[in-house]
Amino acid sequence: MKKENDKKIDRRQFFRSGTRTAVIVGLGGLTAHAANQATAKDTVWQIDPNLCVQCEQCAENCVLSPSAVKCVHIYDMCGYCDLCSGYFEPNTDELNTGAENQLCPTSAITRTFIEDPYFKYDIDEEKCIGCGKCVKGCGAFGNGSLQLQVRHDRCVNCNQCAIAIACPADAFRRVPADHPYLLRGYDI
Amino acid sequence: MISDLIRHDQITRKWTVVLLLSILVCSIPTQIHSQIQRFPKPEFESGHVVPTPTTPHPRQDIYEYIDVAVLIIALSTASYLALKKRSRNGIFMLSLFSLLYFGSWRKGCVCAIGSIQNISLALFDRTYVIPITVIAFFTIPLLFTLFFGRTFCAAVCPLGAIQDVVILKPVKVAAWLQKVLGFIPHIYLGLAVLLAAYGADFIICRYDPFVGLFRFDASFLMLLFGAVLLIGGIFVARPYCRFLCPYGLILNWISRLSKHHVTITPTDCIQCRLCEDSCPFGAILPPTPEKAPEARSVEHKRLAILLALLPVLIIGGACLGSLLHTPLSQIHNTVQLAERVRLEELGKIQDTVIESETFQQSGKPVEQLYGEAALIKNRFIKGSTYLGGFIGLVFGTTLIGLSIRRKRRDYTPDRGTCLSCGRCFAYCPVGKKESKEDEK
Repeated sequence: MKKENDKKIDRRQFFRSGTRTAVIVGLGGLTAHAANQATAKDTVWQIDPNLCVQCEQCAENCVLSPSAVKCVHIYDMCGYCDLCSGYFEPNTDELNTGAENQLCPTSAITRTFIEDPYFKYDIDEEKCIGCGKCVKGCGAFGNGSLQLQVRHDRCVNCNQCAIAIACPADAFRRVPADHPYLLRGYDI
Repeated sequence: MISDLIRHDQITRKWTVVLLLSILVCSIPTQIHSQIQRFPKPEFESGHVVPTPTTPHPRQDIYEYIDVAVLIIALSTASYLALKKRSRNGIFMLSLFSLLYFGSWRKGCVCAIGSIQNISLALFDRTYVIPITVIAFFTIPLLFTLFFGRTFCAAVCPLGAIQDVVILKPVKVAAWLQKVLGFIPHIYLGLAVLLAAYGADFIICRYDPFVGLFRFDASFLMLLFGAVLLIGGIFVARPYCRFLCPYGLILNWISRLSKHHVTITPTDCIQCRLCEDSCPFGAILPPTPEKAPEARSVEHKRLAILLALLPVLIIGGACLGSLLHTPLSQIHNTVQLAERVRLEELGKIQDTVIESETFQQSGKPVEQLYGEAALIKNRFIKGSTYLGGFIGLVFGTTLIGLSIRRKRRDYTPDRGTCLSCGRCFAYCPVGKKESKEDEK
């Protein structure tokens, strides 16, 4: 009787260790298969400004509030215009910093006089919500020096970016972490 | 003469091509230039220096590897504490550490649960590039479970840890209810793999209830879901782990094969029944009654019927699953867009949405979009059939599992559902008596 019991345990243990080995082999195969297309370097999310349509989804869909997407100003491309189409509402009568004249819903752009007739525009990232209204304005009538980018000091690098799913233009993609920005017409 | 003409014609054509090409080459940069640089860069007299935009860098790769190292160390420690040291306090402290490190510090991403989706996407989409650290996060806990049981759930997973600290008044969930609710992770896993593999969405990440709490920032619904689970978790211990977590399900399967596993008693069980109600997860299996409740022949007959029923359930599930391909494929953005554009083209909808506007602006032919959507729909027909078959298989094997009676003399942890948390250790009098005698 006892002998039979031992045998039973042995049989179960044999089955268990056999299956365990099979699982290890299977897991190894799965890992190797996935490792075929693996990268040792980390990747991060970024917006391709060539595809971005400034639909304002970036402001609404990020898991962070406010969004990790901010407007980046490439000063090198900027015309320092007095009538900045990224700063002022269309059909603004007076070119002053009155809130009613500003395109930015959070007054995140500061306008500084440099010399006649040039003005400098700076983005206050604490205030910027990444809606891209200024980017649209600048792209439509200006030099396109304002561009939306994922800021990597804020982005938590979600496994699946919630904005990327919502982006109607498929402008989000993963890029190598050592080249984490995609700016149009400008190299970092 | 004619040949001369032809030659001349050929030469002119050649030059025309060269001319056209050069015009094209020259016009490409200027076109981009004119698009971007409408206003010239000013020449400042005041000596204004043009600033450069800041580009803050993401976390360095090395930290990702440190995460993997911490994962391995935490898993080793958890296995040591649960199996060798048998210290509930140690496991609890380690789970607090994991909550702080993987939860608060690492903001809950990437985690082993979510990595299921990356792996399935990598297997189905050959163009997807998967970080090696994500593969590590998927594989390493599985390997540890294969040898030591679900010590990952006990003390390493931050989602488990956050629920573990709120178990204050656990109530016993009826065994049948536990079995029924246990089906949800199967459906969740199947859906998550299907939707991730076809590039529709990462639903495990989208409906992660606790990542918002780790980040102190989330949408209202996410926080609400997390709060409901935590408040419910005061009474029903670890509801996410037991009735939702798809990774926990894989660990459940694998843990049944584990080489070593925690035991309630350090030596031999004396059937004192003290541990009977100690497990808040209902993972302690009581000894089976000495006398068989039914005749063997009845049991065998039922088992035979269930085994014969298994293929029927699988095929039935597959048929039901294939019916679901339309709603499932509509989760995919491309299918959604194609249907919207089709309705707009037919004039059934007058207004447009941002997605369809963007598509129209992109200049992509409508036929191409329809083609892509049809391809995805076809894949979903296959995928949802497999999903249905899988659910049928799970249903069948659960029934078979219920009808197989195994003799148990002692109180043992259920290797599948036991989370190796070590709560039952304190209830077992066996080890304590001996150690007290030793002290005397």
